[in-house]
Amino acid sequence: MDVVLLSRLQFAAAVFFHFVFVPLTLGLTIFLAYLETRFYKSGDEEYKRMAKFWGKLFLINFALGIVTGITLVFQFGTNWANYSKYVGDVFGPLLAIEATVAFFLESTFIAVWHFGRDRVSKKIHLLSIWLVAAGAHISSLWIILANGWMQNPVGYVLRNGRAELESFWAVVGNPFAWGQLIHTLLAAWLLGAFFIMGVSAWHLMRKHEEKFFAYSFRCGTLAAIALSLLLLAQGHHHGMMVARMQPSKLAAMESHWETTSHAPMYLLVIPDESKERNLVEAFAVPGMLSILAHGDSSAEVTGLKAFPKEDRPPVLITFLSFRAMVGLGSLFPLLAILAWFWREKLAARRWFGWALILAIPLPLVAIMAGWSVAEVGRQPWIVWQLMRTHEGVSAIPGYSVGLSLLAFIGIYSLLGALDVWLLARYARRGPAPLPPQQPNA
Amino acid sequence: MLELIWFILWGLLWAIYFVLDGFDFGLGTLMPFISGNEAERRTVYNAAGPFWDGNEVWLITAGGVTFAAFPTAYAVLFSSLYAPLLLLLFGLIIRAVSFEFRSKVDCPRWRQLWDRCHFIGNIMPALLFGVAFANIFQGLPIDAAGVYHGNILKLLQPYGIVGGVLFVLAFCMHGAIWLAFKSAGPLHARALFTAKFLWGWVLGFSVLFLLMTYTYTDLFAKFITYPVFFMLPITAVACLAFALVMLFQDKPLEAWLFSAGYIMLVIFTGIAGLFPRLIPSSLNPDWSVTIHNAASSPKTLTIMLIVVIIFVPLVIAYQAWAYKLFSHKLTDKDLASDSAY
Repeated sequence: MDVVLLSRLQFAAAVFFHFVFVPLTLGLTIFLAYLETRFYKSGDEEYKRMAKFWGKLFLINFALGIVTGITLVFQFGTNWANYSKYVGDVFGPLLAIEATVAFFLESTFIAVWHFGRDRVSKKIHLLSIWLVAAGAHISSLWIILANGWMQNPVGYVLRNGRAELESFWAVVGNPFAWGQLIHTLLAAWLLGAFFIMGVSAWHLMRKHEEKFFAYSFRCGTLAAIALSLLLLAQGHHHGMMVARMQPSKLAAMESHWETTSHAPMYLLVIPDESKERNLVEAFAVPGMLSILAHGDSSAEVTGLKAFPKEDRPPVLITFLSFRAMVGLGSLFPLLAILAWFWREKLAARRWFGWALILAIPLPLVAIMAGWSVAEVGRQPWIVWQLMRTHEGVSAIPGYSVGLSLLAFIGIYSLLGALDVWLLARYARRGPAPLPPQQPNA
Repeated sequence: MLELIWFILWGLLWAIYFVLDGFDFGLGTLMPFISGNEAERRTVYNAAGPFWDGNEVWLITAGGVTFAAFPTAYAVLFSSLYAPLLLLLFGLIIRAVSFEFRSKVDCPRWRQLWDRCHFIGNIMPALLFGVAFANIFQGLPIDAAGVYHGNILKLLQPYGIVGGVLFVLAFCMHGAIWLAFKSAGPLHARALFTAKFLWGWVLGFSVLFLLMTYTYTDLFAKFITYPVFFMLPITAVACLAFALVMLFQDKPLEAWLFSAGYIMLVIFTGIAGLFPRLIPSSLNPDWSVTIHNAASSPKTLTIMLIVVIIFVPLVIAYQAWAYKLFSHKLTDKDLASDSAY
């Protein structure tokens, strides 16, 4: 295998693994900050117990998010040296700002929140968890501005043999990146909501700590209903942006070969990339693709054949990932609404409780599928229509990358398995019992 | 001018990183030798407890700022040092998870496993940072296109190894002093003793490293043109001496600050000698990566300068506040807390 493919696989492994943990961090910080706020306002120890229980799970998850992020900051230099040289003037600052503005905030105040409960005033303690949440979200802003620039490069000029920054505000205001950011955050919060729902369901099925978990379950379910519906609407909006700015990606997402107006959407498609057509196209919804892509059933949708072969992304992966994401995305509101109606019947309908537990990783699968669409669909470009992926790679021997890829996969799968095991162990154990009531406390 | 400011800031960020994460590395490396029982081992972990995560971010920032200010240096350096850098990062990953995982299961064999990982995850990055920086001081075999012509074994030449050992020793001393500051009773006494013991080794290897720097590198060429630069290694050694004085007076915080000063000045001795090069080429001086051929555009450098001028002092302020918040000596009550490692 060549250095380009190995480096792509390594980046994919590193970034996917990192993004197993980050979305849950984003989702849970908001819930923790909410619980701490309720505790601060009411003084009710029950909220503190909830913050401690969910906080423990949050921390087990957080640790791996941090360490897997460090390798990513260096991957651009190690494996994508030519990319880094060519676009570092625009791209580098976004990563540097992320670290300076967000990571310090997150990592310093998580210690204040975790270790400092009895050392700082209640107000500072509350503030610290909000600063952790702010840090996590500010960090997502800058990293997605960086990715958004690779998707839709703006605010640069070609000078001195490289891309140089022309307008910082154009890079920060990149509309494509903001669409991605909202989509990513909604999905991350949805994962948090499903996590809270699933873990709570496990305890509710067993009638364990019912009051405690009934409250968490209600919070998780309401959030899941709202977020999953918002995601469908916003996802459609973002899809139209892709159709406008990255038509070859959209065509690959739908395995749409011929440029046509009134383009239908087929519910069942089997792409055949080698023959530039689909093996099977069945169950057409007339004009649906035109509506989804451009909001008009008569609109023309550009097909893959309109692009030279060397400018097309891999169709099968992009297509399947997109289908998986949309399919799961349509399932989430149904699950969440059912969960709301059956919220008091989980002990009786254990099969549904189990369905909710098994559904915990599904938003994560959808998130991974979504990023596959974004990144594989961007190919062959590392920066959209500015630099090709194979031009960005480092001049390093293939065996180095092969070995490091194996090491990444080995270490990451081991640590990931241990982390999931610990999460499950602490999730099952449930919250610490309420301390005995002190008189006149 | 902008490039010069960024060169100094670049050195400063790495120096702050080594001062802060340095004592974490030292604590983790010394842990198997300095602690006699589970309570003492946990004291060593918790001495770094609320700090290591925030300290590590200085590395991300140093890396990120290298990317933003000197993208070519970022690309050449990290692709050249591919294998050692990834080993180092794997070490940091293992260190971080050993902090988090160890305390989560109350089983001696589980804890022993993570203690071993913790040791490796601390000594390996410390050693590799030393080897890497010594090799940078000496120059890397890079060609005109910034492509590296060497391998990981080439880095392990005498000067690189002495640099690595010096980093490990200095961080261990730095960590022992921090442990003396954070602990009481027998562990405190042992930490003080260890720091004094290591002091002699640090001094010895510092002198050896300086002498080898004179023979193996051209860093001192600049010092002869600008003799004022000699103040850097001289003050470094003076800081080291003051650290020992403070140790004998049982003032670990003051000793730690002098030890921090020593680490910073050692880094700046190297940085001053490198100027204006970021990565000297050992193949041809003209192929060196310098602040002139590696820097970002004036616009990017200006924007990043504004960001750094606003946020780095802010970060230092709230991190200093957090250090003060957790500066107490660790007691049994701290270890009994459900938030302790």
